[in-house]
Amino acid sequence: MALQSLDIVRRSATTMPEPSVRQSYAGKVAKLIDTTKCIGCKACQVACMEWNDLRDEIGTNVGGYQNPADLSDRSWTLMRFAEYENPKGDLEWLIRKDGCMHCADPGCLKACPSPGAIVQYSNGIVDFHEENCIGCGYCVTGCPFDIPRISKKDKKAYKCTLCSDRVAVGLEPACIKACPTGALVFGTKEDMQQHAAERVADLKSRGFDQAGLYDPAGVGGTHVMYVLHHADQPALYSGLAPDPHISAMVSLWKGASKPVALAAMALTALVGFFHFVRVGRNEVTPADEAAAEKGS
Amino acid sequence: MSDNQRRDSLVRYSAELRTNHWLNAIAFVLAALSGLALFHPALFWFSNLFGGGPWTRILHPFIGLTAALIFLMLAAALWGDNRMKPADWQWLKQWRDVVNSREDRLPEVGRYNGGQKLLFLVLVIGMVGLLLSGLVIWRAYFSHYFPVGLIRLASLVHAVCAFTLICAILVHIYAGFWVRGSVDAMVRGTVTRGWAWKHHRAWFRQITHAANPRTGPN
Repeated sequence: MALQSLDIVRRSATTMPEPSVRQSYAGKVAKLIDTTKCIGCKACQVACMEWNDLRDEIGTNVGGYQNPADLSDRSWTLMRFAEYENPKGDLEWLIRKDGCMHCADPGCLKACPSPGAIVQYSNGIVDFHEENCIGCGYCVTGCPFDIPRISKKDKKAYKCTLCSDRVAVGLEPACIKACPTGALVFGTKEDMQQHAAERVADLKSRGFDQAGLYDPAGVGGTHVMYVLHHADQPALYSGLAPDPHISAMVSLWKGASKPVALAAMALTALVGFFHFVRVGRNEVTPADEAAAEKGS
Repeated sequence: MSDNQRRDSLVRYSAELRTNHWLNAIAFVLAALSGLALFHPALFWFSNLFGGGPWTRILHPFIGLTAALIFLMLAAALWGDNRMKPADWQWLKQWRDVVNSREDRLPEVGRYNGGQKLLFLVLVIGMVGLLLSGLVIWRAYFSHYFPVGLIRLASLVHAVCAFTLICAILVHIYAGFWVRGSVDAMVRGTVTRGWAWKHHRAWFRQITHAANPRTGPN
């Protein structure tokens, strides 16, 4: 989904800088998901299906409200339902809208070997350009949130685009438009942080001491953020990562190892060539042949 | 009369072994080129040799698997002659004499020298590492059996093994070119008696004595 109206700041498997004169001076965008206001109606899931023309397979009931059971190539967002019994013995129904977090430092983009299959726009959205995707699944390996899914149909990777096509023309993402409770809000990242701060203050005044904003620094912050009642325990929300960051293995694999390996290979070839220039070939002389006749 | 029966020639590699070696060489080069395309953006254009990015992604694991299986057959055939002995470590210690072609100062070498045995060891370890890590990161068939932490580790191991192996093979190719007659040995199967005498004297004594009982050891 190459969008000329959005400027690309980072492109997978590319060693040169992107055209970077145009920037998002009006601010980067962010989606704020207020889990404390979510009622689990799934209007966001439906809006996502409609706008993006996605229809997942009708699955089976897994014993709860969560449907489908997991994200897929055709389900880019999903309400995850967790039942948490708090220390007072009360049940809390923690519902979290899961999907791509649009990291400022995206592990998928770092891992991708195909030039331009994953891009980051200057407004912060991380987008997959499936026409360049080769289907290797390295984005799945690189993602700290387990988001990308490889389609069985076309072997391409898919995930939430943050409706980059809508945002490019000044519209909010489809899920935001559909949310009936105001649990989903969209705007500049700064505005969303401010709005979240107000929500957190309100929650604290009503007894949620640990309420807070989830905007994890380990991935440079995200362009999808959560307001959580229990910001000290993100894992309560169906395993939301407490401290997500790009794995050290992935950093090494996609960082130092690339130039080091190329240099080592080039150096090995050069050493061979200069050995030939300086020492020359090791040849059998007539004297060796004669010695062999005597020696045998 | 075939080359193998020429009076001045000693048979070093059978037709079966030569076939195996060159199949291995072809598979290895293809695996390396397709793998490098997926390793570094500067080399992504290698994927054009295989029909584009998706085709490279599809073909690479099958080429790699083929290379690994052929290699393990070759390694099994050469295993016995490549075990390190004390004289091999001495040979390696004198690497300065080796690279300056001062073979008269080196311990007598059997069928393979210390460098060849070390290379063999590196290739076996590297190839087994590539095979195992490659299966873990083969997204289409196997990755879903493994946790993501192991897939990340395997991705790194695969890259490290591959670049070590490529460097080792570059050394192997150069050594074959440097020691004149080695490529002939692997193409025609034979070496001259002088070549064996110069580079693999212990092997020379062994086979010439076995072949000619009249001049056996005394």
